Amino acid sequence: MQKSLKKYFPLFVLPTLAAFIIAFLLPFLMGCYLSFTRFTTVSDARWVGLLNYREIFISSQDFLNALWFTVRFTAVSVISINLFAFLLALLLTGGVPGTNLFRTVFFMPNLIGGIVLGYIWQLILNGALYPFGATLTSNARYGFWGLVILMNWQLTGYMMIIYIAGLQNIPEELREAAAIDGATGLQRLTKITLPMVMPSITICTFLTLTNSFKLFDQNLALTSGAPSRQTAMLALDIYNTFYGKPGFEGVGQAKAVLFFLMVGLIAFVQLAITRKREVEG
Amino acid sequence: MNPRRPLLHMLLFCLMLLLGILFLAPVFIVLMNSFKGRFYIADAPFRLPDAATFCGLQNYQNGIAKTGFPSAFGYSLFITVFSVLAVVFFCSMTAWYITRVHSPLTAALYYLFVFSMIVPFQMVMFTMSRVANLLRLDNPVGILLIYLGFGAGLSVFMFSGFVKGIPLEIEEAALIDSCSPPQTFFHVVFPVLRPTAVTVAILNTMWIWNDYLLPYLVIGNRYRTIPIAVQYLRGGYGSQDMGAMMAMLVLTILPVVIFYLFAQKYIIKGVIAGAVKG
Repeated sequence: MQKSLKKYFPLFVLPTLAAFIIAFLLPFLMGCYLSFTRFTTVSDARWVGLLNYREIFISSQDFLNALWFTVRFTAVSVISINLFAFLLALLLTGGVPGTNLFRTVFFMPNLIGGIVLGYIWQLILNGALYPFGATLTSNARYGFWGLVILMNWQLTGYMMIIYIAGLQNIPEELREAAAIDGATGLQRLTKITLPMVMPSITICTFLTLTNSFKLFDQNLALTSGAPSRQTAMLALDIYNTFYGKPGFEGVGQAKAVLFFLMVGLIAFVQLAITRKREVEG
Repeated sequence: MNPRRPLLHMLLFCLMLLLGILFLAPVFIVLMNSFKGRFYIADAPFRLPDAATFCGLQNYQNGIAKTGFPSAFGYSLFITVFSVLAVVFFCSMTAWYITRVHSPLTAALYYLFVFSMIVPFQMVMFTMSRVANLLRLDNPVGILLIYLGFGAGLSVFMFSGFVKGIPLEIEEAALIDSCSPPQTFFHVVFPVLRPTAVTVAILNTMWIWNDYLLPYLVIGNRYRTIPIAVQYLRGGYGSQDMGAMMAMLVLTILPVVIFYLFAQKYIIKGVIAGAVKG
């Protein structure tokens, strides 16, 4: 099997590999290298060592502000989305009529693209703020909560579906046995349901975590960072550094490397947790 | 339904109904405003159109003229359909090969594909758009190759996970019957892979159809996909045509909702499978 298949490398692997090298591998390696250089068009790169990385923190507060905004936004989103999604999943698995219809409705926003989501909520939130003489961009606080609301609308249904799948995996006998033994509803929730859906909780936490942390389209469409970059998240700040500040391409690339390392760390923690559970289970 | 507590169930049902309406409201508000004159939207988006504010299909005409929506729709459709076909076709082949052939090279490739899944787009966006430009991939056909390369990580990973579960005997039997590896793959392996192929296709469709930044950077100055056309409408500060924007939002959401209603079962299944793997 192996022997006869082996010589078909050009047919089976080469097209994907070539595309992968052009679209990802080469740009990734170039990106790592360019973060240590000063450049405007890639071909004029000049080695400057760690200068770009120092420049990130010296030239302006933008990156640290964006990092702080991103961390706060991610924390609030992860908690609120998972709480709502889990509650909805509990309600929908409790035997309410029309479960399938509700599932369809709650999941729908997840299919709409980030740019469109941003403009839908810009209309609604600006309309809600209008009687108070304010707009989404008149105060960074509005932009922050606007993004949180948008993210909740988009992701709650998606997470709910994963929780429903987890809840349906709990054997009915387990709950019945607990009920016969006289466990209260709350006891059944904390002693049976929650431990049994722990894998779903891990998956949903990390899905919302990475989705919120890497958010770009929604941020660009809703406030585009206004007022004065105060609501710009990390991805938007990197974009602005690359395409908004001539001469700062190297700094933008260095920011991108730091961003990659942060996202990589999150993925690593997730992998470690999942592995640990598999060993225990 | 639990017969012991009908009142509680009735209350729950009403609560869900209320939440459901709340979830659909944003889309209806946009739809409603798309029929109002452009100057009656921003200050009163929650008011129904009336005789003074109703403007028929004016916004749709303006929006289509300003954004070139039909061509944007065409580009989006072309890029999404052919990228997804390419991803499913080539990545399933690659996944089968690197799972069945054991060598340091295939092991290294597998880990590279997995690694690419965690790298955020911002890390490669500048250099990738340069490379695409240099290699003349900055057109609707060239971008298919970019999407194949970017989609490869998740797709190869998902196909590999499934291939590992296929018993080797089936493939060996085919080979003994003097099938060549390509024949074995297309006649024996791929049909078994079909459920995973649907999942991979759904996940990639949702990503590519809605993707904004990648096509904007690679082909954006000459070819507008739908998300680029919508973002383009934003224009300078204060000059935004709210009416045209509402109409374009409706035209963008409509095909997605129709697709969703028809392929709902597969989309929800695919999303669950994708979440559990990724």
